[in-house]
Amino acid sequence: MSALIEFNEVCKFYQMGDTTVKALDHVTMQIEAGEFVAIVGQSGSGKSTCMNIIGCLDVPTAGRYRLNGRDVGKMRRNELAAVRNEMLGFVFQQYNLLPKLNLMGNVEVPLIYARVPRAQRRARAKAVLEQVGLGDKLKSKPNQLSGGQQQRVSIARALVRNPPLILADEPTGALDTHTGREVLGMLQELNRQGHTVILITHDNSIAMQAPRIIRLEDGRIVYDGDANSPDAFVASPALGARLRQQAEAQPQEGGQG
Amino acid sequence: MLLFDTFILALKNIWSNKMRTILTMLGIIIGVTAVIVIVGLGNGMTQSVRDSFSSMGINSMSVSIWGRGSSRNATVDYMYDIVKENAQYLKAISPNIQISSYTVKEGREDYRYTGVYGVNEDYTAMANYTLADGRGLQYMDIKENKYVCVIGDYLAREAYNGNAVGKDIKVGPYRFRIVGVLAPKATDPDMQEGGEDDRIYVPYTVAMRINQKNTVDSYTVIMADENYANQAKMAVENALYAIYEDDDAYYVYSMSELLEQMNQTISMVVMVLTLIAGISLLVGGIGIMNIMLVSVSERTREIGIRKAMGARERTILFQFVVEAGTTSALGGLLGILLGYALSAAATAAVPMIMPGESVAISPGTSAVLVSFGISVGIGVIFGYLPALRAARLNPIEALRYE
Repeated sequence: MSALIEFNEVCKFYQMGDTTVKALDHVTMQIEAGEFVAIVGQSGSGKSTCMNIIGCLDVPTAGRYRLNGRDVGKMRRNELAAVRNEMLGFVFQQYNLLPKLNLMGNVEVPLIYARVPRAQRRARAKAVLEQVGLGDKLKSKPNQLSGGQQQRVSIARALVRNPPLILADEPTGALDTHTGREVLGMLQELNRQGHTVILITHDNSIAMQAPRIIRLEDGRIVYDGDANSPDAFVASPALGARLRQQAEAQPQEGGQG
Repeated sequence: MLLFDTFILALKNIWSNKMRTILTMLGIIIGVTAVIVIVGLGNGMTQSVRDSFSSMGINSMSVSIWGRGSSRNATVDYMYDIVKENAQYLKAISPNIQISSYTVKEGREDYRYTGVYGVNEDYTAMANYTLADGRGLQYMDIKENKYVCVIGDYLAREAYNGNAVGKDIKVGPYRFRIVGVLAPKATDPDMQEGGEDDRIYVPYTVAMRINQKNTVDSYTVIMADENYANQAKMAVENALYAIYEDDDAYYVYSMSELLEQMNQTISMVVMVLTLIAGISLLVGGIGIMNIMLVSVSERTREIGIRKAMGARERTILFQFVVEAGTTSALGGLLGILLGYALSAAATAAVPMIMPGESVAISPGTSAVLVSFGISVGIGVIFGYLPALRAARLNPIEALRYE
């Protein structure tokens, strides 16, 4: 039985004038169905590229990415769109709700692209909005809500197709600590219900909420393992370099944790 | 399903940008309005030409015979036989000889514009006259060369105060007894002088005598069906060629030919004007393209979000094409309404500006359907490029767009 997400020597290179930027440099990892994983790294570490590839918004330059056993690199753009619709729920830092649509309208969007009939669509959207505690605001516009509420709408939208994988990109980045914790709690609850959750963040204290941490630096994995290990939060460059060497020597290290 | 949702979405987007949408539609509105009014004007003009022709008899032909030194001649009976033998194309015939060398006189008054024609007993019916008083010309009047006549309404009123039957009228030195008065054809009494209500019809045999001719050189023929004008003309020409064996000995001219020519001229003018109006539609289309490009770049982030949610390129393309099509279709509808309003206003205004003239400006269903179709088409064509740009957006960059 293969893992839900399988990165095999995945690379993403960009050409910037004469220099090649290695956003992801031979990354190998596996994430099983039902896991809660935090991908951590500073800006420029490659975590956004990693998220884009996991989220099927981008394809690797080299290496292989299998999602649920299917090779994403070989998919056409239409297939990628279908996979995003069926397999993935996105939660963004800036919520990315459509300002002109009310909450129902926003949550219905993935169902429209799945060609779900109108009546079922409305029932399903209402159900998930109730699930995130916004059942009384179905007709509100996003700008009438607080940040925390908007993020709950975006979680509802991510959930509406009941996808196996929830991809949260800095979901607490625009929220205060208290609301941020609430949102994290919701993601943890979803994980308990069986969704695989991947949290992308630069914030160690947020990342610590996940049982497993994958740490990226300069496009490479420098740590992959238990969040409770002190190695998970290396700050010194020297230690980082040592760990990087380790990671290069044993790319699979901790992958089974 | 998706079409309906997309259409609703397009309407919402258009509604949320009302001012901009109206300005965008302006080119289409003006273009469609112009097309509707011009086509309506063309229809009105065609109809009014047709009306004035059909009062003269759109189904009539005139035949002129010169003979050209031929030993044989087409007699009146020969001409009557042509009509009888070609009954499927020809309905009736009458000699039509103008007496132009004498002036009409009643008392001391000259009627210099009054036309005097020698015809047979069928002519007044052929020319769509009805009798207002007395009797028409009869076979015996013609056979016996009687100096009797039927006169038009104008003459009866002007010269006899409407009490003409039984009185005499003079054409040069010849005196005719008035046996009947024709009902007026013109609706406006001021337009009668010199027209169809200012006529004297006498037996053609008398006219031949006055003109000192022993043959009839001019006939009026009525066709059975104006749709077979060419066949009718051919029938008469063939019969005349059999006698004269020379194309230049006679000439057959049908009113429908003349009408055809006039219609062609009108169509040409309408076509050129429509083309000019079409330029406005083109400009409107470019305006739509411009605004759609702006709209796509404004909504880059929305497009990114939709793509992340699983929208395919085709779906995005469709969304923007439908939006452009809906915008221009709305413009087209407004243009049609405006065009109809202007047509109605112009129809009402023409008699005020030009008394005695009336043109009914009616664009007709086909013009409306065509211009609506064209405006939708323009939206779709000019919306396609911006929509393609939207569909091809890279989702990652679109999501990052501020």
